[in-house]
Amino acid sequence: MIARAALILAALIAVSPAKAERLVVSLSNERIAVTSNFVGENLVLFGTVQADQGKRLSDDYDLVVTATGPRETLRTRRKERVLGIFVNVDSREFVRVPSYLAILTDRPIGQIAGPEDLRRLQVGMDNFILTQRVGADFADTVTDDPFRKAFIRLKRQQNLYAQSDKGVTFLTPTVFRASVPVPANAPTGLYGVDVKLFTAGAMVAQAATTFAVTKAGVEEYVAEAAQDNSLLYGLATMSMALAIGWLASVVFRRD
Amino acid sequence: MQIYLPIADLPVNLFLVLGMGLAVGFISGMFGIGGGFLMTPLLIFIGVPPAVAVASVASHIAASSFSGALNYWRRRAIDVALALMLLSAGIVGTACGVWLFTMLRALDQLDLVIGIAYVALLTTVGALMVNESVRAELRAYRGMPATLRRPGSHNWVHGLPLKMRFKRSKIYVSAIPVWGIGFTIGFVGAIMGIGGGFLLVPMLIYFLRVPTATVIGTSMVLTLITMASATVLHAVTNHLVDAILALILMVGGVIGAQFGANTGQKMRPERLRLMLGLLVFAVGVRFAYELVVPPDDVFSLRLVTR
Repeated sequence: MIARAALILAALIAVSPAKAERLVVSLSNERIAVTSNFVGENLVLFGTVQADQGKRLSDDYDLVVTATGPRETLRTRRKERVLGIFVNVDSREFVRVPSYLAILTDRPIGQIAGPEDLRRLQVGMDNFILTQRVGADFADTVTDDPFRKAFIRLKRQQNLYAQSDKGVTFLTPTVFRASVPVPANAPTGLYGVDVKLFTAGAMVAQAATTFAVTKAGVEEYVAEAAQDNSLLYGLATMSMALAIGWLASVVFRRD
Repeated sequence: MQIYLPIADLPVNLFLVLGMGLAVGFISGMFGIGGGFLMTPLLIFIGVPPAVAVASVASHIAASSFSGALNYWRRRAIDVALALMLLSAGIVGTACGVWLFTMLRALDQLDLVIGIAYVALLTTVGALMVNESVRAELRAYRGMPATLRRPGSHNWVHGLPLKMRFKRSKIYVSAIPVWGIGFTIGFVGAIMGIGGGFLLVPMLIYFLRVPTATVIGTSMVLTLITMASATVLHAVTNHLVDAILALILMVGGVIGAQFGANTGQKMRPERLRLMLGLLVFAVGVRFAYELVVPPDDVFSLRLVTR
């Protein structure tokens, strides 16, 4: 009995150094409403590093915040000149990839941990899994695959993918703030935020939270009607056109 | 002032879109056309997805052609029988066009087909119009009467069977070319997001010899009904009609059209046709340039499922 207790105690002592830290995070806003004047918003993530059971905290932490939007399947197409004009000749399907991806760190990601650890933890744009359909198989390709590079570049141009090594600020060695940019064209749905804490090149704690981007007011009403009552929506739009056309012919009548 | 479009999923400047509606409306009122061939490319240029642009412009054209058709109706300048005959084929053409539109989108070739269709149609029609109106101008310059309608001159179209009489237009032609024209307009309209007024008016004049008095009014009725049904069909099949975008365009369009009509009435018809021909041709060349010149980025993205 005593021997068993001693064993458990020994096991606890062996584990606890790695479990010395706890992360507590909170978002400034858990629901972003897309209204008619929506032009994007910056969400703020606050957090602290706390010590477990009186353990001592390090004073050199690094943080990686990965925010992902609702999954979607996209096709990346490549144009080539055929008979003098540019035609889409080749395409790859990116299956259930995040519609939005922001990777925020407090310093360049290569300085936070070694390349092997980053790859294993899938941290950073280069290590993020973007599944492609290749024939009948589903797999991520090498980082410098032209379609993968083009996909990320196009998503970056739309402000939907971003990586910033100034996205996280440590206010004190254990209190941090991260700014998550939500652009105007961010798709609606549930977003996940994954927070990983590193010290001396190793991950020591992890936390997760979510926020939602939803259409509100007129935007919500119109988008829902277009999708759920498409016939009625089409007829209503047509009637609106006729009403405005009639109104103009009455208002501007000269004869 | 930015306003978020719920179906196009992007914010646009309200005054920019309103201004585009006014400008295109002015041109459409001046020449008696819908102006879709200008509006659709402009919307694509400011970032509206091509499919949403095509679908939303349909309702915009429905509004401006209804306003115009009402004016022509009061002046009794509409041949209802001819419009209905064109229409019966136009609806079939629109349905085929919406079906092809949906299929091409799935095959990643919609943008290409829209591009090629614009180049082929606009450059051909533009060149024909410029050619015709320059001749008319020359005739006028030499002091000869500028007549489009030469009563004695029959072409091959008048040899076809199934002849019908259209009283208001005072023509006696086969139903076959009438159906053919109706189908073509409905079909290209649905695919290209254009009412087809700039195609229909010359076709009616050159093939059917419809007189100038009824041609624009009749064309507007056809445009109105095909575009109104295209709006409903696009809404049902692709869920891509952006009502907010359409509303802004309509308001700008109908106001612009009134000022355009005033300006147009002060000009000689030959000169108007020459200007329209040049405009149509220029837009066609612009599209050709886009197809031939290497794009900034050979890669592009398309959403499959969300």
